[in-house]
Amino acid sequence: MWKQQKFDLIIVGGGPAGSTAARFAAIGGISVLLLEKDRDIGVPVRCGEAASDEGLRIFVDPDTRWIKSVITKLRLISPSEHTIDIDLKQKGYILDRRIFDYDLAQYAADEGAQIVCKAYVDGLLFKDGKVAGVTGEHLGERFEVESDIVIGADGVESRVGRWAGLATVVKMKDMESAIQKTIAGIEVDEHRFDFYMSREWAPGGYLWIFPKGPNAANIGLGVSGKYSRFRSAQRYLDDFLAKTFPDGSVISSTVGGVPCDKTLKKFVTDGLMLAGDSAHMVNPMTGGGIVPGMRGGMLAGETAVEAIKAGDTSEKFLNRYPKAWHKIGGKNHERFYSIKEAIFRLTDKELDSIVAAVEKISPDERSIAKVFRKAVFKKPSLVVDVMKVFAGI
Amino acid sequence: MIEIKPNKCDFCGCCVGVCPVDCIDLKEADIDIDYNVCIDCKLCLYICPIEVFEDVETAEI
Repeated sequence: MWKQQKFDLIIVGGGPAGSTAARFAAIGGISVLLLEKDRDIGVPVRCGEAASDEGLRIFVDPDTRWIKSVITKLRLISPSEHTIDIDLKQKGYILDRRIFDYDLAQYAADEGAQIVCKAYVDGLLFKDGKVAGVTGEHLGERFEVESDIVIGADGVESRVGRWAGLATVVKMKDMESAIQKTIAGIEVDEHRFDFYMSREWAPGGYLWIFPKGPNAANIGLGVSGKYSRFRSAQRYLDDFLAKTFPDGSVISSTVGGVPCDKTLKKFVTDGLMLAGDSAHMVNPMTGGGIVPGMRGGMLAGETAVEAIKAGDTSEKFLNRYPKAWHKIGGKNHERFYSIKEAIFRLTDKELDSIVAAVEKISPDERSIAKVFRKAVFKKPSLVVDVMKVFAGI
Repeated sequence: MIEIKPNKCDFCGCCVGVCPVDCIDLKEADIDIDYNVCIDCKLCLYICPIEVFEDVETAEI
């Protein structure tokens, strides 16, 4: 019985980051307990469910059971509804996270990780100043389970890190207050992502249409916490749906916070690592967090194995995890954050004039880089920002 | 004082992520504010996507 055991590693949270950490830690041969607060892995879905083929393939073979749509192009829609269509070099997917997350947890269990649902973690155990396990409640009973390492993969709430003294609170301007409805009975291009950029539709964020087959889509938006106090995300979405898809049926709806921030400066301490949304690993420009979360989870899981084998779970040892994270992408996120800031500073008028300029590039010559060059040309004050942002590309 | 409107919350955790004093407790389908810790900053009210929170006058005792 897990409540009476001691584990090498306890993971809090059974999303993509937690399950991937569990899988790679179990592959490395250490004992792993994963605790999920909800009844089911993968439910409720709190996600737009978009991910790139290239990113997913690092961890899993794409499986038609959890692919709802294959995406080959994207469309940007400006405030006055000018559009730019771009063919994607790498295809993307809209997933069914309920099946996807379930599979990820199964991979971890197959490797020997133990997974428990309805296990609500509400505190940490400490020994000699080091994190040494978790406390919580399972089916009305208290539990205390010891471990040498804890990985907090507890999502946007990120309380595990706070309990260990890490500064995980998301700044209001970087928190996207998000809502999404899955609308059925409509017609969409099943191979295209649509992004609406406008302060009127979603200030400090964007509105998305992610197709789930030809007759349904995840339609949602995020509003920066800087603006959500004046008008809630729900009101923005309801207005858009009433105008654009008045006859669609809502077959699912979800809300959530998306931390669109740079990765936390510090997400490791003695005996503890954070992974995924809890460490602010979401791509701050797109809000996409599935693949970054899995990357973080994998690195944290592998680092846990190394630490257990070396008999050293100190912050100093565990710091190889943030080092590895920054090497494979964390640094990119700082650049994406700057792009986000530059884009959200644009007025609707400026966005319109940029999109109008890009419309003049012939479609087969359009690439993200070219689109940006045109944008820079149209809006000289962006030059400095964008130069900085693209300095390394 | 901030109150939670009954039966409205979707338990997404967005408010927990911005709460500067970690006073919101969120289980599977259960949310509570610890008023001993709450500083009435209202960030939960400002960030909630579906207007679950309400700012109510504190009654004089």
